[in-house]
Amino acid sequence: MVKNTLMPDQRNLFNKVWDLHTVRDLPGGQTQLLIGLHLIHEVTSPQAFEILRDRGLKVAFPQRTVATVDHIVPTASQARPFQDSLAEQMMSAIEKNCRDFGVTLLDLKDKRQGIVHVVGPEQGLTQPGMTIVCGDSHTSTHGAFGSIAIGIGTSNVAEVLATQTMFLNRPKVRRVVVNGELAPGVYAKDVILFIIQKLGVQGGVGYAYEFAGSTFDAMSMEERMTVCNMSIEGGARCGYINPDEKTVEYLRGRPFAPKGAEFERAASWWLTLASGDDAVFDDEVVFTADEIEPTVTWGITPAQSVGISQPLPKVAEIAPDEQKLIREALEFMGLQEGQPIRGTKIDVAFIGSCTNSRISDLREAARIAEGHHVAPHVRAIVVPGSQLVRDQAMSEGLHTIFENAGFEWREAGCSMCLAMNPDKLKGREVCASSSNRNFKGRQGSPTGRTLLMSPAMVAAAAIEGVVTDIREFAAMA
Amino acid sequence: MAISEVKTVTASGIPLLLDDIDTDRIIPARFLRCVSFDGLGEHAFEDDRLQDASHPFNQPQFQNAGILLAGRNFGCGSSREHAPQSLMRWGIKAIVAESFAEIFFGNCGSLGIPAVRASRADLEKLASLISADPSTQMTLDLQQMKLRAGKMEVSVSMPDSAREALVTGQWDYLGRLLSAADQISAHSAKVPYLNGFQSV
Repeated sequence: MVKNTLMPDQRNLFNKVWDLHTVRDLPGGQTQLLIGLHLIHEVTSPQAFEILRDRGLKVAFPQRTVATVDHIVPTASQARPFQDSLAEQMMSAIEKNCRDFGVTLLDLKDKRQGIVHVVGPEQGLTQPGMTIVCGDSHTSTHGAFGSIAIGIGTSNVAEVLATQTMFLNRPKVRRVVVNGELAPGVYAKDVILFIIQKLGVQGGVGYAYEFAGSTFDAMSMEERMTVCNMSIEGGARCGYINPDEKTVEYLRGRPFAPKGAEFERAASWWLTLASGDDAVFDDEVVFTADEIEPTVTWGITPAQSVGISQPLPKVAEIAPDEQKLIREALEFMGLQEGQPIRGTKIDVAFIGSCTNSRISDLREAARIAEGHHVAPHVRAIVVPGSQLVRDQAMSEGLHTIFENAGFEWREAGCSMCLAMNPDKLKGREVCASSSNRNFKGRQGSPTGRTLLMSPAMVAAAAIEGVVTDIREFAAMA
Repeated sequence: MAISEVKTVTASGIPLLLDDIDTDRIIPARFLRCVSFDGLGEHAFEDDRLQDASHPFNQPQFQNAGILLAGRNFGCGSSREHAPQSLMRWGIKAIVAESFAEIFFGNCGSLGIPAVRASRADLEKLASLISADPSTQMTLDLQQMKLRAGKMEVSVSMPDSAREALVTGQWDYLGRLLSAADQISAHSAKVPYLNGFQSV
């Protein structure tokens, strides 16, 4: 527990928002924290609703709870009933639970359906200064708006449904500063992969990350979401970026955002939440944008990555207590120490997931793909993050560009990021993926292999059939 | 849900001293296609077990183990409570690791599973001990914060709030949260986005 003994203007955004939501502090050091927005989906909520039924409890604040479906939905055909009877059972369960407990459900018939971390911002549900939870670790995405957004387990989902609160220990706050302009071909995805490579997958445990500096200031809201999304891959349960005029303008006019004079009051308040010049942090690390190049993971944790021009590490050069893990990763991936990652043959290309399935991601990937064709041996799919992203992309003709280039154009869902649906790797296939996790078996085949990279890099890899430096690809094109 | 005090756990051990074991490996996502946690125990570490016959969870001598010895950053990745649920249903009653990922640690607390830290050196000694004699009974004592196994005794640690909740039997948090219902209601009226931004 970190006691707040700071003067008001020394508080960073995290501390201001935490204090605002503190219902009570317990003697053991925990805070009972009020939760402003609870997002739920079909995988981690059914058991929580059963707990409420068992105890005869209601949803305390049904208007602060919004549900959608994403993890298990097929992306090729969404006709009901699903072929997978277990998935169909989960769909029926969330429909019944939302009906019984008075929770709004954005289901497949609703144009607002999509990946929960795409839908929240898109609908204007996600706002600065909120506490946001969801039974999904990538809830950190919503921190892009200057909120405290954290992933929780199913018991916590039940607690928040029943009380709109949960117990948490106040984490420390580390400011992760990146200054400077990103070089062409270097994206938000590369920035967060670089940060995780430098700070490690465990480096953020016990911390919230504030991402600050001119590199993040220059980013669009969608790029900021990509960065915050992967905070958890660096061990930080929460990552955030201070709200600014871009945040305000993104939210103006969104369905769940305040309207009229209320919006102006809200916007003024949102801007006051940002960490000021005197704000105090528990730790700070500083990087510069010119250190970052297109980055690709080669191993089985998101920190096992290299810049595209760099070779894989050599085992002997790694700290002794890390060597076992490096060897395990090299063996699983079928790669050699010291080899380049560029030129690694891929079998599958996946553009999608809560990290990189928004319209700006699809526009950039389409720009790369236009006029080219996916390599004959590669299976490539593009999965928009929401039905509205899909509609927008189609209104811009992006689907035609992708289809002409040999990509499959799919319906909205989590798809091959975690393969709880029909989209899966087979055998030892290697997938160039715009998603967030390269864990063993993550993409649905126990022996399948994942290389994480930006959507543009995935598109280039799909076309070349091998991991490609987007900067050279763009120069040739 | 019964509320019970967890002061000590006595069981034999199972060593899995690998680092960065993520929750996809503990319970692969395909087993999350369910509306209850029943039956998850048999699928714990399924994909790792299929690829490695020598995986500790495959070894007959560890099938009755109740205390899992693990490495650094155990339980990283997904927030799925299915992960500690599957371990619990397999028979794990306590986890001793070099360190834990945060969401996984919280989920263990929700289920009344002590998740305590020990040094890597101590974990390696304990792993050697139970590999040599898998029947060795280990006792995790949450009041003394010690783990005893044979003649060995090592110090373990966990945050006070989590330890208190276990030893006093208050790890079922829902009841305690509900007891502040009036405060929650009063507090919510003070939060700007819950009062039409009138309080800003």
